[in-house]
Amino acid sequence: MNALEIDNISKRFGSLVAVGGVSLSVAKGELRAIIGPNGAGKTTFFNLISGFFPPTTGKIVFDGVDATLLPAHRRVELGMARTFQVTEIFPELTVFDNLRIATEAANGCRLRFWMSREQNLKIERLVDETLELVGLRAKAYRLVGELSHGDQRAAEIAMALSLRPHLILLDEPTAGMGDQETFEVTKLIRRLHQSGNFTIVLIEHDMRVVFHLADKITVLDRGRLLAEGTPQSIAANHAVQEAYLGKAA
Amino acid sequence: MKAGENSRKLLALALIWAALLLAPFWMPPLGGYTALGTRVLVLALAAMSVNFLLGFTGVLSFGHAAYFGLGAYGAGFALKFLAPSTPLSLICGTLLGGLAGAVLGALIVRRRGVYFAMVTIAFGQVFYYIAFQWSSLTGGDDGLRGFSRQPLDFGLFSVDILSNTDAFYYFVLFCFAVAVAVMGFILGSPFGRSMIAIRENERRARFLGIPIERHIWIAFTLSCFFMGFAGALYALLNNFADPRGLHYSQSGDFVMMAVMGGMRNFWGPLLGAAVFVVLQDYLSSITVNWMSFVGMLFVAMVLFFPRGLLGVLARRSAA
Repeated sequence: MNALEIDNISKRFGSLVAVGGVSLSVAKGELRAIIGPNGAGKTTFFNLISGFFPPTTGKIVFDGVDATLLPAHRRVELGMARTFQVTEIFPELTVFDNLRIATEAANGCRLRFWMSREQNLKIERLVDETLELVGLRAKAYRLVGELSHGDQRAAEIAMALSLRPHLILLDEPTAGMGDQETFEVTKLIRRLHQSGNFTIVLIEHDMRVVFHLADKITVLDRGRLLAEGTPQSIAANHAVQEAYLGKAA
Repeated sequence: MKAGENSRKLLALALIWAALLLAPFWMPPLGGYTALGTRVLVLALAAMSVNFLLGFTGVLSFGHAAYFGLGAYGAGFALKFLAPSTPLSLICGTLLGGLAGAVLGALIVRRRGVYFAMVTIAFGQVFYYIAFQWSSLTGGDDGLRGFSRQPLDFGLFSVDILSNTDAFYYFVLFCFAVAVAVMGFILGSPFGRSMIAIRENERRARFLGIPIERHIWIAFTLSCFFMGFAGALYALLNNFADPRGLHYSQSGDFVMMAVMGGMRNFWGPLLGAAVFVVLQDYLSSITVNWMSFVGMLFVAMVLFFPRGLLGVLARRSAA
């Protein structure tokens, strides 16, 4: 069974077809990169998978469950987590509290008015583990809004991890980063991939990152599937080169 | 760093409670009177209930006076028509405000921002006009009269809270303390943190698996229960329920208290209510246009201290 099975999905905004009939399957444990020129519909595609809005047509099956019409928070319960192109965090709270909220939400505490001492300790231990995993323990009590851009991205990935997902959707995890920060985040993503616990789908513009990380690459262009395959086959694909560089005259 | 912050918080808490507990002793020498302190407590509880939504869930209700007023009428009806019991009147007022909030909240929570505020005003005004028009039940423009708070009966002894203003102050302080403790407990719970998550970043909260609408509805309903409780105390304070207590201008006053005091701070609305009530008491004895002075102060506050009085104080002491 594949982690993610998408069948002929499309999204229309008025007369604009943002995504027009894309099918995709991602195997368990795979790291899939989605690339494409600006306006190719990559983020819309992510929004459809994560339940930001429902598709116009098509079907999404996640871990064998038909998730096409499920609201976002139900998909999170099923084990899907995402980050955003523009970092979405709780800027006025500490890193620890950011992760604590995520961890509590994932452990069914979000509607609780009371927690026992053991539960509280368990949550704090889980938060500590996640902090360790992404290397933010030293900054646990800093406000997230005060961290560097790279650390904020890491904090956002940590929040996604706190949800104990099987599938992580990363929307341009290295956007706006310098070389050193890009390197750190790439290392983190590879570590997550190698742990074998996650299926990862990421949108990325930095081709070094994509070719370094991905098992398979999907290329979107103007809302349609242009090509799909291993990094080597995509690098050699003429249609992809044309989409990025324009047709040779 | 964390320990220092905690001890500062404890000190502030001790100061607040000492000031409140000793108010009947220090207020008269400063030219105040105990009933003024009682008024501050009741309106502060209302402003804190508004802030429970505004400051901690990030949702602005501009019609919360409706639930305050319903609490007042609920308490009045209970005393007048059901039984002469002060606790029963508080329960009835709290239930009336809270249940109305639960029902209307379910209709409102899908709206956001300005639209949310508009719908809350509209529902609030509905209650205002009902109270205003239905004279046979509510006394219309004259308000609901003909009831008074009853002695507290403890079996062995009873406490006269009607004529003894100090006793009534301590009764209200006790109610205030219970309500505020419950509020603080909720805000410190996982649910409270999910409210703050919604305030900070709704989109992030949604993709952490928090069902936003349901949580806002619960926060709204809880806030209306607190509001109804405050309204019931207000009816006991005045022995009277006024349709103007339901009006949106009253909602505006509560929002003003919260913002002036500092809406990101749990105790901010208490300070805001104290400033508001004391200014009102003092200025209205000098001029009928007292509200224009309070308004000017409010404008100055928002322009120069957008975090409110306590926000400024907290920043000073942290620096």
